[in-house]
Amino acid sequence: MLSYVARRLLLALPTLVLVALAVFFLIRLAPGDPALVMLGEGADKAAVADMHRELGLDQPLPAQFLTWAGHVARGDLGRSISSGEPVAALILTRFRLTATVVVIAVTLATFIAVCAGMLAAWRQDTKLDMAIVGASTLVLAIPSFWLALLLLLLFGLKLGWLPFVGYVPFSEAPVQAALFVVLPILTLTVGQSGVLTRMMRSSAIEVMQLEYVTHARAKGLSEAAVLRRHVFPNAFAPTLTLVGLTLGHLLGGIAVIETVFTLPGLGRLMVDSILARDYPVVQGCLLFTAVVYIAVNLVVDLCYPIFDPRVTAS
Amino acid sequence: MRRRLQANAVLGAALVGLLLAVIALGFVWTPYDPIAIDLDHPLAAPGLAHWLGTDEFGRDVLSRAMLGARISGAIAAGVVTASVTLGLAIGLAAGFFGRWVDRVIMVLNDAVLAFPGILLALALMAVLGPSYGSLILALSVAYLPSVVRVVRASVLSIREREFVEASRVAGDGRLYTLLRHVLPNALPPVVVLATSLFGWAILAESALSFLGVGVPPPAPTWGNMLSSARPYMERAEWLSIAPGLCIAISLLGVNMLGDALRDWLDPRSET
Repeated sequence: MLSYVARRLLLALPTLVLVALAVFFLIRLAPGDPALVMLGEGADKAAVADMHRELGLDQPLPAQFLTWAGHVARGDLGRSISSGEPVAALILTRFRLTATVVVIAVTLATFIAVCAGMLAAWRQDTKLDMAIVGASTLVLAIPSFWLALLLLLLFGLKLGWLPFVGYVPFSEAPVQAALFVVLPILTLTVGQSGVLTRMMRSSAIEVMQLEYVTHARAKGLSEAAVLRRHVFPNAFAPTLTLVGLTLGHLLGGIAVIETVFTLPGLGRLMVDSILARDYPVVQGCLLFTAVVYIAVNLVVDLCYPIFDPRVTAS
Repeated sequence: MRRRLQANAVLGAALVGLLLAVIALGFVWTPYDPIAIDLDHPLAAPGLAHWLGTDEFGRDVLSRAMLGARISGAIAAGVVTASVTLGLAIGLAAGFFGRWVDRVIMVLNDAVLAFPGILLALALMAVLGPSYGSLILALSVAYLPSVVRVVRASVLSIREREFVEASRVAGDGRLYTLLRHVLPNALPPVVVLATSLFGWAILAESALSFLGVGVPPPAPTWGNMLSSARPYMERAEWLSIAPGLCIAISLLGVNMLGDALRDWLDPRSET
């Protein structure tokens, strides 16, 4: 087990280094001089040269990268051009909101997927199965931002049950804040449950054909016990991988959903910074999301042996 | 099982056919000029004159949605072509040559995969500037790693099969073996993936356009139509419904066709 953990950690290292390189150079490719963006177009040459020195832009690229990587390693992602705030602090504040919405939604979606997927697999090729497959196919075809708009139209405008747009922090008005995140969570849950249900169903079908399930049934175990103790653990492992991938990607920001509901999350921060050409923030967001993705998948990989002990052996 | 395969194939083909027909029709006829502004009839409700109503500038929503289908379809086709061609080349190289070629390609691939596709495309759009070309490039880069993975995985299993061994023993060159024997057998899963990619590309393009970094106005796409509809949700909800319905119908068709293809090409995989 320990060597498995060590091997996975080591494998993540080259990816991390490449990600850092990619983020650094991608931003250097962007058109426009960052100093001119900060000082405004008509700035005089001396001021621009000073700014270059201050930002380290007069150094050769490899030196710039090392300096940057050194700062990043110490948790310093620079300052936002537009607001002057430290990027790391900005990202962490925004991340808290995104993470709350994403973690709740993915948990709910996983729960729905496990129930619906196992039910469909258990009753394969019946009307119930067709209905579940049909519903998840339909859900997959609905773009999340459109679903968000429709829910907003229904619950915010027509019925008036939930606040239309906006956000207040939890610390100021917890009840209100909770109301603001209901629809984003609902949108995300519906969208994610489609993919996960299909995955859960197909792996449950595969597992149910295995001999040990037949054996468990022949032993006289109740159907509920067969499903819970024998089908679920094995069928859940592939779904868990997908949950990890999904979680990793969504934690990077649910830009479109945050845009529809005007939630100040990480995705919205990234989009706003791109539109404002606030490159330190874009760079920080990209790096942060990639690291979160790698970390989440690492954790999922490390959880894998719990469901499928054969993994550590291979 | 068979019934579902047929249902998927028939309904999927019908919906994709509808999409293609609308695109074709758009070349010869739209009810109105999709970008002509008519300030006398802004935000007109759907009716006989304008079947899907008009937007805030009095432009006909149906005509715009038809032109949007062409733009979205063309971008998605470009993304699929670019990422599949490149992905095939890279994936074949990785799977067939193995060793350090494979290792280098896979490490690079994993690094790209670590960025959420849509965010990577967003960042690339910021660097490349808004245009159709950069949109295709950005989305192709974002989807390339998944094509590489699929191609490599199937090449790895094909490489061990007898006919590849036979070709080697017969004295064929490595490149000949690769193109004549490995490539054709690696294609079926790629065809299935290409179908899904087409759907993802439509979805991603509309999301980017919705966020304001995709296709710039006045050219209509379903995404930017939805985004400009937002301020008028209270007065003109049809503006928020029609473009979304277009995306959903296209995606449903493409996905069902993809499912049918998968069941047909690989009957063992049940999804």
